[in-house]
Amino acid sequence: MKFLPPIVWLVRLLVGAYPRWVGSAPTASQRIYFANHTSHMDTIVLWAALPRSLRANTRPVAAKDYWDKPGIRRAIAKEELNVVMIDRSRVDLNADPLDPLRDALEHGFSLIIFPEGTRSGQSLPGEFKSGLYHLAHAFGAVELIPVYIENLHRSMPKGAFLPVPIICTVRFGAAMKLDAGEDKDIFLQRARDSVSLLAD
Amino acid sequence: MGLTLNETFLAVFCALAILSLVATGAGQWITTRTMDTMRRTRMAIVNSRVRSSWSVLALFTVAFVIGPHALLIVFAFASFFALREFVSLTPIKPSDHWALVVAFYFVIPAQYLLLFFGRANLFTVFIPVYVFLLMPVVMAVKRDQELYLQRVAKVQWGLMVSVYCISHAPAIATLPIRGYEGRGALLLLFFLLILFLTDLLQVIASNFFGGAALEVSPNKTRNGVLAGGSAGILIGTALGGLTPFLWWQAFLMSALIVVSGYLGTVVLSLVKRSLGAKVWDSNWVLTRGVLERFDALTFAAPVFWQVTRYFWVIRVDV
Repeated sequence: MKFLPPIVWLVRLLVGAYPRWVGSAPTASQRIYFANHTSHMDTIVLWAALPRSLRANTRPVAAKDYWDKPGIRRAIAKEELNVVMIDRSRVDLNADPLDPLRDALEHGFSLIIFPEGTRSGQSLPGEFKSGLYHLAHAFGAVELIPVYIENLHRSMPKGAFLPVPIICTVRFGAAMKLDAGEDKDIFLQRARDSVSLLAD
Repeated sequence: MGLTLNETFLAVFCALAILSLVATGAGQWITTRTMDTMRRTRMAIVNSRVRSSWSVLALFTVAFVIGPHALLIVFAFASFFALREFVSLTPIKPSDHWALVVAFYFVIPAQYLLLFFGRANLFTVFIPVYVFLLMPVVMAVKRDQELYLQRVAKVQWGLMVSVYCISHAPAIATLPIRGYEGRGALLLLFFLLILFLTDLLQVIASNFFGGAALEVSPNKTRNGVLAGGSAGILIGTALGGLTPFLWWQAFLMSALIVVSGYLGTVVLSLVKRSLGAKVWDSNWVLTRGVLERFDALTFAAPVFWQVTRYFWVIRVDV
């Protein structure tokens, strides 16, 4: 058996990243985990909260402008997390930023996405962007799992570069699906509520 | 007794290992034989405490085989996890970030390094004096005056309990007592055993005598606490041979450990409740429920260390 990669150890040491499977179980079915976005550590924390067997097949989606920088960030993103880079700057207006995500889903990977698009710094998530809807529409068979990351905004507030150790739990809710003919805004609101509901 | 240091160690080690084995086995056996759910949950509580006997054994072995200094690393991590838990319970603001960075990444290593380099005098005043003055200054930089005193006080309290108090436990093994050189691990064992056995006996006696559960510790009753505490003091007196104390001194020191330990349990339980009691499910996870596991130790360790140091190190050298 291989040891856990050091980044997972470090995350557990600092913030615990203890998983709570409230409404679903950790199974190998293809999923999109969508969570509230409060700090730069979210991506790693959610990934570290998954069991080892699922991590190999689960790829976090993260902003290219933050993670694709030379040095430690890119090393973590490429070698440990196997990140799907999303281009927020949209230099090429014809390219759909969701294409790399569709590609990963077609190859059978599960995804971790943060539909708010940017860090909110609040305990409850803000407005969701429409990417989650488009993916749910195109990949009806993939389970959508709401995830609430608790406490992390306290560990690393915006502007801080050193995380403070705080116990952080990651709650996984019940799988949801896009209903037939469901309106985009209603679906996004429903998805957002399912994350907020886990905050209790 | 005429035993060499290594023989004493081996004897103590074997006795402890056999006792832990018997207690663990007996606990499991009784649990499997009982069908009554009430008794099963009680046995589960007893068994979870019996399991800590193995950590006492492990700590003692590390202290003896590798040396007391190896313990510093173990307890530094305990302090880290305890402070992490304390901070998680405390409402903090983004403007406290720097103060917490200093607390975690500077104060914890500094406190244990002082112990490592044998600076006992600075070690006892570093957090209560220097950090006490430093923290409000660090927090003042952000000019956030909302609840300023409460925030400063909570960080200081967290540091006192999780770092200052806990660091006194490994310090017991490093006390330079004349005529007791190289035996510090045995003194630490004496201290840990009394705390551990008193707690275990109090839980068992509370089950045995019954009565109303205490508000501060739901698994114990008044009679159970008194009976278990008395038994703990007697066991401590009997273990006097491990220590540099005469039998009556061992009796008084045991009483000191038992009483201060109990007061620590009471105070920390109240602190946790006032922070909006939240139960950390600590089953099998070493890094959670640290404050709960160390509640008696946080008060007993500094008291025991100070008293021992005063009467057996400072007064002797005068």
